[in-house]
Amino acid sequence: MELEIALANVLLIALTFYALLGGADFGAGVWHLLARGPTRRAQHQLIGEAIGPIWEANHVWLILIVTIVFTAFPRAYVHISTTLHIPLTILVIGIVLRGSAFAFRHYDIKDDDIHLRWDQLFAVSSLISPLLLGIIIGTITAGNFPINPNNFFEAYMSPWLKVFPLSMGLLTLLLFSYLAATYLLLETHDFTLQTIFRNRAITAALLAGLLEETVLYLGKSGAPRLWGELTTSLWGVSIQLGVGGLTIAAILLLVTQRYWWARVCAILQVTLTIWAWGLAQFPYLIPPDLTIFNASAPEVTLQFIAGTLVVGALFLFPSLFYLFRIFKGSTLFRHKGHHE
Amino acid sequence: MSDLIAARSLMAMSLGFHIIFAVVGMAMPLLMVVAEWRWLKTGKAVYLAIAKRWAKGTAIFFAIGAVTGTVLSFQLGLLWPRFMEWAGPIIGPAFAIEGFAFFTEAIFLGIYLYGWQKVSPGTHLAAGGVVALSGITSGVVVVMANGWMNTPRGFMMHGEILANIDPVAALFNPSGLLQAPHMILAAFAATGFAVAGIHAFLLLRHPGNAFHQSALKIALVIGGISAVLQPLSGDFLAKQVAEFQPLKLAVFEAQAETQRGAPFRIGGVWNSGTESFDHILEIPYALSLMLTSDPDGKIMGFKDFPKEHWPPMGITRTAFQLMVFIGFLMMGLALWGLWLVYKKNSLFHSRRFLQATVFATPLGFLAIEAGWVATEVGRQPWVIVGYLKTAEAVTPMPGLITPFMIFAALYAFLTCIVVWLMWRHVSATPSQFEMASPAEKAEPA
Ligand code: HDD
Ligand code: HEM
Ligand code: HEM
Repeated sequence: MELEIALANVLLIALTFYALLGGADFGAGVWHLLARGPTRRAQHQLIGEAIGPIWEANHVWLILIVTIVFTAFPRAYVHISTTLHIPLTILVIGIVLRGSAFAFRHYDIKDDDIHLRWDQLFAVSSLISPLLLGIIIGTITAGNFPINPNNFFEAYMSPWLKVFPLSMGLLTLLLFSYLAATYLLLETHDFTLQTIFRNRAITAALLAGLLEETVLYLGKSGAPRLWGELTTSLWGVSIQLGVGGLTIAAILLLVTQRYWWARVCAILQVTLTIWAWGLAQFPYLIPPDLTIFNASAPEVTLQFIAGTLVVGALFLFPSLFYLFRIFKGSTLFRHKGHHE
Repeated sequence: MSDLIAARSLMAMSLGFHIIFAVVGMAMPLLMVVAEWRWLKTGKAVYLAIAKRWAKGTAIFFAIGAVTGTVLSFQLGLLWPRFMEWAGPIIGPAFAIEGFAFFTEAIFLGIYLYGWQKVSPGTHLAAGGVVALSGITSGVVVVMANGWMNTPRGFMMHGEILANIDPVAALFNPSGLLQAPHMILAAFAATGFAVAGIHAFLLLRHPGNAFHQSALKIALVIGGISAVLQPLSGDFLAKQVAEFQPLKLAVFEAQAETQRGAPFRIGGVWNSGTESFDHILEIPYALSLMLTSDPDGKIMGFKDFPKEHWPPMGITRTAFQLMVFIGFLMMGLALWGLWLVYKKNSLFHSRRFLQATVFATPLGFLAIEAGWVATEVGRQPWVIVGYLKTAEAVTPMPGLITPFMIFAALYAFLTCIVVWLMWRHVSATPSQFEMASPAEKAEPA
């Protein structure tokens, strides 16, 4: 009993890190695409430098998630990877194109015009994976995977080609972009760039706040369980108030140029959203049939993987902290928001 | 193309593509660390230049290795859901260990690539060492997981139900324990010779260039040592295959009938009419001697096994032969180099040797692909030998030809770009290298 819950929590923690770190990488790609005006090149450079040293590590979270799912909850993995074959395939194609384009752009020996092409590919493919990731999570939330589908469309398309999953896709993309804008703010001392990203962060915060409520509302018919949990329980309502409060706080902090704290709000908002989703989903992996209890692997496996995760974490977190201290030290610990 | 064939081809293509990048990612860090260590020790700028150049090229391979590896971790489920449902609880923990090795590797790689100015030289070198170690660890673990498919251990079957699962026993399966060192050696041999080949090529063009001489030395020492040990490790592995997968070994060695005093066979074309290999060159008693240390030792023939368990014969045997043949070529080249150093005290004066080294550039990678084809195709029709057939493991999703075509196009695209970038990398070298070497040359003047 206990281990399943512990591992489900680990999955949520890993998902949170993936969103906060890997997600922001994708978001930075979105801003790369939207960069306009005379500071376009400077914006591109800022983004490249910000994610260069950390992007490979940031994306291992996804691999860890996949690994935990297929080891600890193999039955859920089988259903997800069968029904969601198509969106998962598009997701990985997005990941491949984006990672390769970034590497081609930044590790090439020469510096010439071809790099603009890689930049474009990098930026466009940064849109794909967050969208699909959200769609996949949305489909899992809605659940009710087809049991005896009549045709290809029913089996492999209709589960995810619905309003609710698609709106989750958009929300994911928006949240990632929001995170990225608040991070990038702290990566530069250039006033013009800061102002650009501040305005973007404000827009993204507003849109994200609105979209979160819209998605929840769409859940009324698209994912009734989620809607029910989040609108009728006390904790559900508190979380909604929390998300709303954080959005407003972030906007106020951005306007008053307290960027470090604005970033804290953005991080809290995304974290809260993910955990609200997780709590509402509990104990289901794919409602209404698969729960973390009836889809789990035998006890020995759970013990073994839990042990591996504990030992692994002892190595992982210090190394990760070291990495971020070297490259992000100035933004990690800075408490004053003003540009210097 | 049937869906099963499409799934198998797609899996094989993804793995065959990933392995190239994984191997470079596994072996290059050691080469870079050695170069950097030489720099710290001797203070010669040329070694620093080598480490930095190698790091730039390797970074591209790393990135592609990481993204194609991500593809694989999804494709295992997308293509073989039944296999994963079965294997996940048993061998999944191995992949979790691998996940942490990836983390460590990616973290310290970031520090290595971007930290030249940010951490002390000693720390930087150590970061490189951690990258090398964690790369090797992930290679070892994933290959042991693959070994489990050949020699499944660590569970029992009560009817359809899995019982007594023991992930430790599954991980330390007999196949994996010997496959892992063989794979690691293969990575160092292949990468070492490929790098040596490139620098030998440039050295033939710019004789006497200190940069290429030093780079060639490092690459050849690492590649050469591995290439000499490789056949030895292969011999252990073959004995193990003979014990646990006698049918596979019989196909590798074209052994049709069970026989005492079996010869070692070279060449041969599969004849499905007579169900045997034609046009074979035989070395009497050699196979029995190699596998059992007794010229009269008994070797099982494939005809003693039910025909429905035979793997595709021609491919398995040809791939195995190709690997072994290349193995001896590479060992020969390594020994030649050793002889040159011993006799002539220099590697660089024999143009013949440099030309042979250029010729050997792709050989290790060919051998790796061939070795994997032998291992994997030789395992057919099983995905988990003795328990689960490949055909039973495949996804119910139809139309797999489409993802196959898409990924084929994607990999073809990436291949073209990587080849082109490497060409730029290599052809950009002379001027850059001149920058490094004049400094050295200027010193005495
Ligand atoms: C540089 C590459 C390379 C070279 C030169 C060799 N091998 Fe190899 N071999 C591999 C690269 C490789 C590989 C691709 O890495 C394989 C596939 C699976 C594995 O673990 O290693 C492999 C598998 C493999 C197997 C199959 C194991 C199985 O099916 O479980 C055997 C019996 C050998 N090798 C034997 C040899 C011998 C006798 C060699 C003598 C020269 C040799 N290999 C050279
Ligand atoms: C740890 C590593 C590996 C794992 C877990 C693995 C797993 C698998 C699986 C699940 C399949 C499909 C089922 C089957 O056809 O049996 C497969 C097939 C195949 N793999 Fe591997 N594999 C690994 C390494 C490799 C590598 C590095 C290659 C390199 C070329 C390779 C070549 C192939 C080929 C050629 C097939 C198709 C065999 C056939 O259909 O006849 N494998 N592998
Ligand atoms: C013989 C087969 C294999 C070997 C030797 C191997 C080895 C490696 C190595 C050394 C790396 C790290 C180097 C780099 O980033 O370039 C790597 C990356 C990766 N491999 Fe493989 N691999 C094999 C097959 C597989 C299979 C079957 C899977 C799928 C489960 C897989 C999943 C991954 C992933 C997800 C990464 C990226 C990790 C990262 O982001 O750093 N590999 N592989």
